[in-house]
Amino acid sequence: MGSEFITRRSLVTGAAALGGMALIGEGVTGLVRPAVAAGGLRPTRTMRGGSNNYRPNAPLVDRLGSGFHVHGTVRQAGGGEPLSNVRIQIWAATTRGGEREPSNHGSVMTAADGSFVLEMDQIVPNFGQPHAHLAYDDGRFETVFLRPVMGSASDTSVRADFVLAPV
Amino acid sequence: MTSRQTFFEDRPGLAWAVWGILAALVTVPVVVALNSPWLPGRNPAYVMAGLAGILGLAMLLFQPLLAAGYLPGPGPLLARWLHRALGVGIVVAVLLHVAGLYVTSPPDTVDALLLVSPTPFSVYVVTAFWGVIVTAALVAARRRLGWRASTWRVVHNALAAMVVGSTVVHALLIEGTMGPVSKQILCAAVVVATAATLVHLRLVRPWRMRRRRSRDV
Repeated sequence: MGSEFITRRSLVTGAAALGGMALIGEGVTGLVRPAVAAGGLRPTRTMRGGSNNYRPNAPLVDRLGSGFHVHGTVRQAGGGEPLSNVRIQIWAATTRGGEREPSNHGSVMTAADGSFVLEMDQIVPNFGQPHAHLAYDDGRFETVFLRPVMGSASDTSVRADFVLAPV
Repeated sequence: MTSRQTFFEDRPGLAWAVWGILAALVTVPVVVALNSPWLPGRNPAYVMAGLAGILGLAMLLFQPLLAAGYLPGPGPLLARWLHRALGVGIVVAVLLHVAGLYVTSPPDTVDALLLVSPTPFSVYVVTAFWGVIVTAALVAARRRLGWRASTWRVVHNALAAMVVGSTVVHALLIEGTMGPVSKQILCAAVVVATAATLVHLRLVRPWRMRRRRSRDV
């Protein structure tokens, strides 16, 4: 965390740098560096603010509402094999309430192809940006918190992909 | 001063127009925000925080106009009193804004104030916040400080410009309950009022006075 603070401070030099950070923040996949020479697929790094308002062990649900889909894939670092039966916890501010509203928290398991999807109510801007929170926090792999930002508040889905490294 | 008073006294229609435009610049964004589709999903503290932010931004519009005595109606003494009252109002609005956000989400609020938030606008949030706090502290300590009037003007005006600039950028970058159009118009009005006042009071008027003095000599 300490190094992150310094990185942030040194980056905060002007609107241009900040605008650039916003663009990077919008593409979840941007965090997975494609050009890794050796060692294969790099693990996804936790995003700044990703764990805000996290409540561990969100209940497994079929859905939390309707009209909006949070989806993505979970793969293993290195070879990129899809990981099935992995629990992903999801929460967000929606039309039904904020990020601390219990009924905005739910977990889903990944399918055989490593994909997951959770239907919930429409995500709305919270603290100035429409975004979701996703967590892998079950111990088998390194914990990862993601905070994908929607391109537009009227989007009806948001995607976040995990590449997990074994502990 | 007297010339400005008579200017509007000779043109009562214009005086009404000025106040009508100012009233619209403030009330339209508030009404639009109160009808935001995102309000139903927000808790009362979050709703209050957003509203306090809008009112704080709106009060910034009047501060330079009152300080310079541009507005039709209030004389110099009343304008000065109103400038102070709105200054207190801005501080209260900022505190309610931050407090409401903290109740809504403590980690997001603390992240923003510590500049570790993922949002690209938090540097402007922090600049505006400390600008207002430092301004208020200096106003409270003004007599004790015993600064020369010229020093005070430079510091107070620099802080004001900083607060206005960072507040407007913050407001424009966030997606909140304000409607985009009414927000842009109010922000533009605040910037124009501040910039025009600073240029007039600190550049144009001193330059004219110096020229008049040299001509008299």
